[in-house]
Amino acid sequence: MPFIPHTEDDVKSMLQTIGVDSIEQLFDEIPAELRIDELVGVPDALCEMEITRLMRARSRQDGTPQCFIGAGAYEHHVPSAVWDIATRGEFYSAYTPYQAEASQGTLQVIYEYQSMITALTALDVSNASLYDGASALAEAALMSVRANRKVKTSRVLLAAGVNPTYEKVAHAISGNQGLVFDRLPLDRHTGTTDLAALATYDQEVVALVIQQPSFFGTLEPIDRLTDWAHQRAALVIAVVNPTSLAILKAPGHWGADGADIACGEGQPLGIPLSSGGPYFGFMACEKSLVRQMPGRIVGRTTDLEDKPGFTLTLQAREQHIRRSKATSNICTNQGLMVTGATIYMSLLGQEGLARVAQRSQQNTAQLAAKLTSIKGVTRLFDGPHFHEVALGLDRPVGPVLRALAGQEILGGFDLSASHPELGNALLVCATETKTADDLERYRRALSDILSASRK
Amino acid sequence: MPEKLIFEKSRPGRRAYAQAPALATATDIPAEFLRQDRPMLPEVSELQVVRHYTRLSQLNFSIDTNFYPLGSCTMKYNPRACNALAMLPGLLNRHPLGPVSHGQGFLACMYELQEMLKAVTGMRAVSLTPMAGAQGELAGVAMIRAYHVSRGDHERNEIIVPDAAHGTNPATATMCGCIVRELATGADGDVDIEALKQAVGPKTAGIMLTNPSTLGVFERRIIEIRRIVNDAGGLLYYDGANLNAILGKVRPGDMEFDVIHMNLHKTFSTPHGGGGPGSGAVGVGKRLRPFLPIPVVGRSDTDGSYHWLTEKDLPQSIGRLSGFMGNAGVLLRAYVYMRMVGRDGMRRIGEFATLNANYLQSRLRAAGFELAFPERRASHEFIITLKTMARTLHVTAMDVAKALLDEGLHAPTTYFPLLVPECLLIEPTETETREALDRFADAMIAIAERAKSDPASVQGAPYKMPVRRLDDVKAARNLDLAWRPEPRPEL
Ligand SMILES: Cc1ncc(COP(=O)(O)O)c(C=O)c1O
Repeated sequence: MPFIPHTEDDVKSMLQTIGVDSIEQLFDEIPAELRIDELVGVPDALCEMEITRLMRARSRQDGTPQCFIGAGAYEHHVPSAVWDIATRGEFYSAYTPYQAEASQGTLQVIYEYQSMITALTALDVSNASLYDGASALAEAALMSVRANRKVKTSRVLLAAGVNPTYEKVAHAISGNQGLVFDRLPLDRHTGTTDLAALATYDQEVVALVIQQPSFFGTLEPIDRLTDWAHQRAALVIAVVNPTSLAILKAPGHWGADGADIACGEGQPLGIPLSSGGPYFGFMACEKSLVRQMPGRIVGRTTDLEDKPGFTLTLQAREQHIRRSKATSNICTNQGLMVTGATIYMSLLGQEGLARVAQRSQQNTAQLAAKLTSIKGVTRLFDGPHFHEVALGLDRPVGPVLRALAGQEILGGFDLSASHPELGNALLVCATETKTADDLERYRRALSDILSASRK
Repeated sequence: MPEKLIFEKSRPGRRAYAQAPALATATDIPAEFLRQDRPMLPEVSELQVVRHYTRLSQLNFSIDTNFYPLGSCTMKYNPRACNALAMLPGLLNRHPLGPVSHGQGFLACMYELQEMLKAVTGMRAVSLTPMAGAQGELAGVAMIRAYHVSRGDHERNEIIVPDAAHGTNPATATMCGCIVRELATGADGDVDIEALKQAVGPKTAGIMLTNPSTLGVFERRIIEIRRIVNDAGGLLYYDGANLNAILGKVRPGDMEFDVIHMNLHKTFSTPHGGGGPGSGAVGVGKRLRPFLPIPVVGRSDTDGSYHWLTEKDLPQSIGRLSGFMGNAGVLLRAYVYMRMVGRDGMRRIGEFATLNANYLQSRLRAAGFELAFPERRASHEFIITLKTMARTLHVTAMDVAKALLDEGLHAPTTYFPLLVPECLLIEPTETETREALDRFADAMIAIAERAKSDPASVQGAPYKMPVRRLDDVKAARNLDLAWRPEPRPEL
């Protein structure tokens, strides 16, 4: 029993205090016919040395290939200090800060985090996190239905560049409450929303979701889309990459009045890729919408002696108070990831984060230039991009990616499954972690693979 | 304030030089897409950052530093190995969309975790994707709805929820478009069977039951409850947040429940991280198997390799609940924990969690504390009510909770479940020594004495924390939710 400290004497005297003869007797309220004696299917215990050996082997099995995949999760340099500090026991093994006086560390971190998210998004308030970017969009869509009293529909419209998985997740989470999702068509030249379609779109919608940069890495005409939605009394939900906000226009400044809600995947802010999680969803909104927001919020207040301090606030929105009328069922969120992200944003600062954004954008541009110099590789879309670019290949993408993986290069995300209408399409990403040598290595490998199979 | 905000330590032009890449050449992005201002992130050195957040950490209570008997939260020791091994490079840096050729190690862990969770719950299949208990609940209720709809049973939209249930249960039912029917608890702490018989009907979609309940007792008439709900055509949801109490003793699958969510961040010891992340893996029986959320990890019969099961394999699935596969790193920690505990250890967890709770309950009862359910065994947790103290001395459960903090002991859960007045829900967990339990009991006894001799001193607690009691009313009224350079905006 690896983590149980009881000695035989402890057990004896504790049973005596309770007044029973055996531990078994403590389970006498469970109907006998339901009891089991053994757990078949759980292996024998391993000591730390043995499990370490096993996990090292598993880790080695997965290797450390060079990764040019983005599509919603991005490899960035993570300073050592981030997880050194975030995994200190005082952060790592604390619960939700319900006892505020004994949780000022966590609460202040969240307040600083909320401040940073509002700065990045140029909106008034931020919550303390949601599960991830995709589920954050589901919550934002539900929030827009609660908040927008001007229209009587649960139809949410998506700009062409919204991540297709986000749409699936938003549907799975909110569909039972009657939300339906509709999508604007893609302009096949620019890789952004087809503005011509706006003129003929005649459905009433509760909100328009705009992802910037789009799933294809292109830049949506955010100002025009925002103003168009507002003219139709729809709210605007911005799905944004937080790294990009160091240089790209903040949602609060989109169009004439700004987006109403911003949300997205917080992973780029110092969170390891880790097979998809734990990451965190962030959400910010205008102050008039704060009472419709899901999730925890930390506020600054004062104590009995008028000293400043932090506490969870506006809890009347939440499930533990409002139960079936809460804004969401979320309870446990992604607190530790927010701690990591706050340390990351402090270390990078405004200058550092802008450099990460610019360097990633530039590396991706250089990679696209190199790869499109190969015969049979073209750019799918004109126009500006952030740190991802969609490429067309002259043959199916799957086998090419497998051949690259054989050389320890993960060449990108195969768009042909999610977007068959684009043909043999590949989405590539090169963040600040890639050097000129890395880009050249990819070019050479792809060139060899394409020309070898052409022969 | 004990520690200034990081923004107040910021100076224009300062930064952590080692952490950012060299300047790129000017971007070719047109101006209409660019921001004109710089976002207000702090400008500080690396040492300033390290010192600031290290000092903030020291303002927290945590399992690693304090006894933390927070009922319903299972604050057991989080083994360090779980963290270290989940952060090995091949696992930590694996892209979620990477090919399975570069994920067999990771997928093997996930597949074996699914199998172990099946074994401990007795369910037929497991999906690991829900990212916390509440999302597991959402998956479960959505599956129950999908099941009824698949049978053309569109009218079944009522979910029965006992009044003792965690707030996420009714909130989840609403999120799934269902109507909540609240069920009363009997005086003995079990569900009121007569009330249940009244509540079920042709609109019943199912019941959400927590067992042991949040009252800290095992639902003795579980078989009868199942029969009543099944006879009415409803399905059974098992809130497994309290699984720690019954590990290796009894399995929800053997009770013929249709679906369970587990809080891996409770029972399987992944850290709470000051609020998350968690994992709310779900297990299902035969009826709900086709509706499991995706992705699930499958294993090839021919070569034993692992792969993802997706829409193609589970066409009736309720779909995807996260961008990728949920909180993979949390799942890895739970996997390591379960392998270290092993088959026999698993049973001992339930035994010693129960022993510790019953011991502490006995000690507090002997000292005169009033138990909410004095005739019952404690499961892994139990409730005392301070209603007499509150009435006669005007010292409340909240006051006692704050006084415990001054003793270096985290408070139990207060004012939950809502139906027990002035309650403390106490869950010591199996990883605490008898000495730790005695210290807690002694502190409770001393505080109770002080409540008699000097009630004001308890009402004013805490005194030794970084702050005194905080003004929650002011926090909600004068909203200050984000720092701004002066002047601060009025909200
Ligand atoms: C009984 C019970 N059910 C459900 C939950 C919800 O779990 P989570 O916080 O992981 O969403 C909790 C814990 O908070 C709980 O104690």
